[in-house]
Amino acid sequence: MIEINNLHKKFGKNEVLKGIDLTINNGGIFAVLGPNGSGKTTLIKSILGMVVPNSGTIKLNGNSIKKSWEYRNDIDYLPQIANFPGNLTVKELIKMIKDLRSSKVADDVRLIELFKLQPFLDKKLSNLSGGTKQKVNLVLTFMFDSPLVILDEPTTGLDPISHIRLKELITAEKEKGKTILITSHIMSFVEEIADEIVFLLEGKIYFRGSIPELKTKTEQPDFEHAIASMLSSSYA
Amino acid sequence: MLKILKYSFFDLMRSRWSYVYFLFYLLLGVVLLFLNNDLSKAVITLMNVIIVLVPLIGTIFGVMYYYNSKEFTELLLAQPVKRSSIFLGQYLGVALSLSMSLIIGLGLPFVFYGIFNSGAIWDFSLLLVTGAFLTLIFTALAFVIALANENKIKGFGYAILLWLFMAVIYDGIFLMSLVYFEEYPLDTFSLVATMLNPVDLSRVLILLKLDISALLGYTGAVFQKFFGTSFGFILSTLLLVIWVAVPTFFIQHMAKRKDF
Amino acid sequence: MAQTTIEVCSSCETSTVTQAVEKAQPFDTILIKKGTYKEYNIGITKPLTIIGENNPVIDGENKGEIITIQSDSVTIQGLTVVNVGTSYTTDYAAIRVVKSENFLIKNNTLERLFFGIYLEKSNNGKVLNNSIQGDAVNEYNSGNGIQLWYCNKVEVANNEIRNVRDGIYLEFSDQIEITHNKSTNNLRYGLHFMFSNNDTYTNNLFENNGAGVAVMFSKFIKMYDNVFKKNWGTASFGLLLKEINDSEIKGNIFEENTVGINIEGSNRIEYSHNDFKSNGWAVKVRGACYANTFTKNNFLYNSFDISYNSNINDNVFDKNYWSNYTGYDLNKNGIGDVPYRPVKLFSYIVNRTPETIILLRSLFIDIIDFSEKVSPVFTPDNLMDNNPLLKPIEHD
Repeated sequence: MIEINNLHKKFGKNEVLKGIDLTINNGGIFAVLGPNGSGKTTLIKSILGMVVPNSGTIKLNGNSIKKSWEYRNDIDYLPQIANFPGNLTVKELIKMIKDLRSSKVADDVRLIELFKLQPFLDKKLSNLSGGTKQKVNLVLTFMFDSPLVILDEPTTGLDPISHIRLKELITAEKEKGKTILITSHIMSFVEEIADEIVFLLEGKIYFRGSIPELKTKTEQPDFEHAIASMLSSSYA
Repeated sequence: MLKILKYSFFDLMRSRWSYVYFLFYLLLGVVLLFLNNDLSKAVITLMNVIIVLVPLIGTIFGVMYYYNSKEFTELLLAQPVKRSSIFLGQYLGVALSLSMSLIIGLGLPFVFYGIFNSGAIWDFSLLLVTGAFLTLIFTALAFVIALANENKIKGFGYAILLWLFMAVIYDGIFLMSLVYFEEYPLDTFSLVATMLNPVDLSRVLILLKLDISALLGYTGAVFQKFFGTSFGFILSTLLLVIWVAVPTFFIQHMAKRKDF
Repeated sequence: MAQTTIEVCSSCETSTVTQAVEKAQPFDTILIKKGTYKEYNIGITKPLTIIGENNPVIDGENKGEIITIQSDSVTIQGLTVVNVGTSYTTDYAAIRVVKSENFLIKNNTLERLFFGIYLEKSNNGKVLNNSIQGDAVNEYNSGNGIQLWYCNKVEVANNEIRNVRDGIYLEFSDQIEITHNKSTNNLRYGLHFMFSNNDTYTNNLFENNGAGVAVMFSKFIKMYDNVFKKNWGTASFGLLLKEINDSEIKGNIFEENTVGINIEGSNRIEYSHNDFKSNGWAVKVRGACYANTFTKNNFLYNSFDISYNSNINDNVFDKNYWSNYTGYDLNKNGIGDVPYRPVKLFSYIVNRTPETIILLRSLFIDIIDFSEKVSPVFTPDNLMDNNPLLKPIEHD
């Protein structure tokens, strides 16, 4: 369970998070949505401890994450831009991330199979295409069996087949009872998999609920329009 | 931290730049020794190279590595690893691979030349140790600069300025103030000023070996104690260690507070 | 005339050296057997040969002078003389020779002394193979190892002198030959000339003395093949030349001295085939020095090669090897195509502000030295070696 209380974050003069209160219970897929600069990534990075909040608390299963790092053993994170040390090979990178985790059990073989990465295993990361890198990124994320999965723009650069594999993967993880946080710009993708939406606007939670609830609230028949209407009403 | 260090180190050991650096020193060593055939002269020339070039390369390489591995750092930050371990590991990875290029690159030609059978072995080892210290110090300073500046261009600019200041400008100001205040007793001042700049500190450490005859010509009691006994050597070495420790502490401190 | 030998030992008929000397006829030999003889003020006024067998010890018990020779043709050989008295008014010596000729002082060991061997107005003698070991701490209450005062034609060879004030001291002494001595760890000078002319010293070693060798107010001195080493300190140098003229310095090695040679007011001296190695300053020129020539010397890894305290130069530097030379030799004749300037701007700065020495070999200093090299302002602009050699000279 994630409990966020009154979270504030400023970058210089720019106030990105203006008091976020959010509780996410275990199990289910949560999509964090919002326009550019609304604070999605900052929120996710705060949970991961990459951004140090100015005030507010974040608790994971009742324990504050402040000044702690061990809790990240229970999180799988997929960063937005996958850029790896160029002189390592794919195999070495996977080995290294495994090495950094406390639980050494990993499901990398199946995932490599799934994304057809075998031919690239001994290649240096600097020689891979963007899409292949993203696949490697996905392997790194899903190979551990952590209760919380955070995906920042997971579909970037993926071909249609891998895209389908990814959706299957996410659904399978959900069925194991995991909590999954996703940010994405692909609305169809979100609509397809998300159980609940958290909509951020100017550093605050503007809406939280299921997609049907959103549609009802905005009186729009489809999801994309519902989002758009929320944006335009806020700008109005 | 050791894990990060290991991976950064291996990553760098395979990078083109490490080879360029290594080959540069190899070539320098070969040229100095086999074209000149004069070990003592080679050691003196090397000293000039080491106190000027090693800090420059340490700073530039440190800044470059930090900015280039930013995304990788972010990947690591999401892993269950302590923050300071990531940065210290990366820092040591860079500094140690640079030091290795230096020591092996220069060491090989000198070993083939027969340094082990020569009286210059101690001067030479001192040079290499000082070079390693300078690498550690300036890479650490580079990391501090990079951590403080998100803007890559700015970071590079400050790094070059830092080098220019430490290697040239500082000594200019130092000389000027010594000449200007020449009526006053200056030996304590000049020793303190030397200690405050790691480039000068390393230079003096090497001078203690190469030019002790000249250094003992000065009458001041503080100089006499510093240069005439092992006190100077021990103090300089100790201060070099402090010069490594302080920026390293800053790396750790800044890493703790920084957002990514 | 029959020569007899008188034996001295504790159980002999003659049990003291003093008795033996009194008893002896001129040209007799006194043979001193192994043992310790507590005697002092032994005055020798007739030609005698005194030989110690198995290192007998004459212990003066710090009471005064031990042996005084006042006769020609005296030989002292194989004695160990210890505990000379120290006085502030009289220069007590272990062995003193006064106004005598043809003396020979050989194979003696002198320890715990004030003055060692003191030659006074004595000529045509030899001082050979003696070992003199003092325990000097302060200059004012210590004496010299071997002192020559108004002497002529004396040979001083193969002696080892340590821990006294001046190892060998010459005053008003001419035509003295000093060879193969080792003068080390002395408080003041290893060898010291005052007002002495036409002397020669060759193949000696001067190491770790307060200040190497000093030649002052003298003329026609030949200094060949000596080694001046590790004379370190603030007023320290391998060789100090002060007011000396018309001399030759050839084939010497100056190594690791604070100053190799310090020259003040010295003219017409020829420096050739010397090696200056790892000195702070190879040559420091102060005051007026004219018509000196430096040719075919090796200047190797000195912090400073030459330093001047003025920008006037009347000395010649030619065909030397300078390890700091960075020029080239396009016509491959072994001589650099660009002249070498041995005086650096930095040496001028250090003369003015000594503390700046701490900036030695800094990049900033290299830069200002370079600019001074391009256009000399503070250093003599005619001071250069027009024919710097590219390879060190191998002296014969």
